[in-house]
Amino acid sequence: MTSSLHLWLIPLVPFAGFLVNGLLGRRFPKALVTTIAWVATLIPLLQVLNIAAHFSSLTLPYTENLGTWITAGSFHADFAFALDQLALIMLLVVTGVGFLIHLYSAGYMAHEEGYWRFFAYLNLFMFFMLTLVLSENFLLMFVGWEGVGLASYLLIGFYFTRDSAANAGRKAFVVNRVGDFGFLIGMFLLIAHFGTLSFSGVFSQIAQHPEWQGGFLTAIALFLMLGAAGKSAQIPLYVWLPDAMEGPTPVSALIHAATMVTAGVYMVARAHMIFDRSPFALGIVAIIGAATALFAATIGLVQTDIKRVLAYSTVSQLGYMFLACGVAAYSAGIFHLLTHAFFKALLFLAAGSVIHALSGEQDMRAMGGLRKKIPVTFWTMTAAVFAIAGFPPFAGFFSKDEILYQAFISPNSIGKVLWFVGLVTAGLTSFYMFRLWYLTFFGESRAQHAAAHTPEPGHHPEKAEHPHPVHESPWIMLGPLVILAILSVIGGWVGVPAALGGHNEIEHFLSPVMHAHYLSYEQVSVAMTTQPQTVIHPVAPEAPEGNKSQELLLAIVSVAAAVIGWFFAHLMYFAKPDLPKQLAAKLRGLYALLLNKYWIDELYGAIIVTPVLLLSRYALKGLLDTGVITGGSLALGYTTQGIGSLVQRVQSGNIRSYAGWLAIGAAALLLLTYFGFGVRWSF
Amino acid sequence: MVPIAYYLVLSAVLFSIGVAAFLVKRNIISIFMSIELMLNAVNLTFVAFAHHWHQVSGQIFVFFVMVVAAAEAAVGLAIIIALFRTRATLNVDQVDLMKL
Repeated sequence: MTSSLHLWLIPLVPFAGFLVNGLLGRRFPKALVTTIAWVATLIPLLQVLNIAAHFSSLTLPYTENLGTWITAGSFHADFAFALDQLALIMLLVVTGVGFLIHLYSAGYMAHEEGYWRFFAYLNLFMFFMLTLVLSENFLLMFVGWEGVGLASYLLIGFYFTRDSAANAGRKAFVVNRVGDFGFLIGMFLLIAHFGTLSFSGVFSQIAQHPEWQGGFLTAIALFLMLGAAGKSAQIPLYVWLPDAMEGPTPVSALIHAATMVTAGVYMVARAHMIFDRSPFALGIVAIIGAATALFAATIGLVQTDIKRVLAYSTVSQLGYMFLACGVAAYSAGIFHLLTHAFFKALLFLAAGSVIHALSGEQDMRAMGGLRKKIPVTFWTMTAAVFAIAGFPPFAGFFSKDEILYQAFISPNSIGKVLWFVGLVTAGLTSFYMFRLWYLTFFGESRAQHAAAHTPEPGHHPEKAEHPHPVHESPWIMLGPLVILAILSVIGGWVGVPAALGGHNEIEHFLSPVMHAHYLSYEQVSVAMTTQPQTVIHPVAPEAPEGNKSQELLLAIVSVAAAVIGWFFAHLMYFAKPDLPKQLAAKLRGLYALLLNKYWIDELYGAIIVTPVLLLSRYALKGLLDTGVITGGSLALGYTTQGIGSLVQRVQSGNIRSYAGWLAIGAAALLLLTYFGFGVRWSF
Repeated sequence: MVPIAYYLVLSAVLFSIGVAAFLVKRNIISIFMSIELMLNAVNLTFVAFAHHWHQVSGQIFVFFVMVVAAAEAAVGLAIIIALFRTRATLNVDQVDLMKL
């Protein structure tokens, strides 16, 4: 490695695009805005591709220090960027999917108000996301972390004149603050124990101290996990993501499916040294992931808004990634992150294309029969549906299978339970995705039927266009769909497991990051013999991993789950369309529970939001603000006024009275100088 | 040779008359004259002490006071004329616009 890679250009070019479009875009014609935004995303993409092309010749990890940011006592933080295998994968996902979505947005947003604002925000998001991925310390990562939250807030509330969108943006922001609090506390603990926030500093210290187990590392890991749960929409902080669908669909695809929400997974994978030392924290991560995966999947079963189904599906898939991290299979988690970015971005973009075709309709009950009318959208979405449902050889199969396998062979005592939850979730995922597929593309069009009855309250079509006939989207939108569809098919081939004749390239590729300090784990296990504590050992890249027949069997079982899901979806939404209604009537309680999302929003509203609002309104606003602050300043004002009104009598305006005061004063001074009253006056 | 006490008593009497007139009189010209009276009472003291201590500085100081008094008279009379033009009165009790 001789020449500099100029990593700093990767985030800063989109930032320049944001500045130009954000400050001047209002006066620019749409074509110019589009060009600026595209170029600002294309340049980082090309640079990342260039780096990827000669990646093998680099000495890794490659770091780039742009200067000191903060120096406070012995602590200091730099503007430092780092590149390693993990960062490269994230860079490829962010810039690649990001660029495709920029292309798509030009078509999707063509008729919207605030076109320039939209692209400025998208570029801003790219800037922060790339900063997050490239940063070499937790603090700079946190800057990106907060920044993507800001961009997300701005884009969820893009249609800010609509109440629901403004509220959704606020909700996302506030819920994320809870997670950010965890991240911050985690960073404070890191500073307290390591005196630094740089990745290399923290991780090398951990590597040098194999005796550090659990304890403060558990605390740090759990606080970091709280941050990750906020950003990546895990239980208990997942509630913001479904509401975030108020944003334009390309935003849902880019931020709330492919990139930003995976930042939590990235962070956990990045900090895996900390998590590895704390079996307890890892167990929590795995349980949260598995619980979220199952929980969100069940809600997704009955949602009727096409974007909400996909939103719950995203939450569920993110749960898979955390499940993988929780069984110390970080590579599998990142692998699923990669394939998920492809097929979930595709699902959202295709859903956007459907919404576009139907002039803003988002309710699946008003869709149907679109297969022949919008064939390209249909075929690309089919690829995505098969990918997420986990059918070989589509991308989702390999990554999901790898996670389930890793959970199954994990030494964790609840590994089998995690595997089973994951398997059930896979079946549910297959069911609700095929339900979406059948409802949208098959059967008869139900558009007339839906137009007759009034839209339910709370349902706001995203694009309130004038209705015109169903039409296929322009090629600027279909192009990205096709590319993503190809990636959804072949994207998983980078991780074909050995049992299926592959080499699992992605895990080997990532192993320098994930097993960088493997030797120290050996020392850990020696140290462990003295402690009666079970440690989950990360799986060594070359270690014998179960046996191949077992892996093959597990793959067959998970495919069987997907087929069962498909079968039921086919039965209920294609063969016998009356069945869902009968089932819903029979299982009224369960159906209501799922349809109302377990009343979690209502529960949070009752136990958190309402008390906080009451506290703010009465105790803080009524008592503190009105009482103490306003009252205090009023009292101060009135006191001054009172004193003034007493003293103002001296100012009579009468010259002779002034003269009288003067004479009295002079006489008093004379008397003082004569008699002094024992005091030495000096004039 | 008149003892210095005589001068001082005369000066004190003149000054007190000035103060009393300043406080009692309502006509602004009378007030003005009482100021002059007080100034000259002080002048008398200066001269008396200068003679008594054989110091010329007291004499010189009197000139300063006279110059200031002349300037003050010029400015003060101008103010009085302006006041009379606008208010048509010389009674200070009626000139209390500065009151709150």
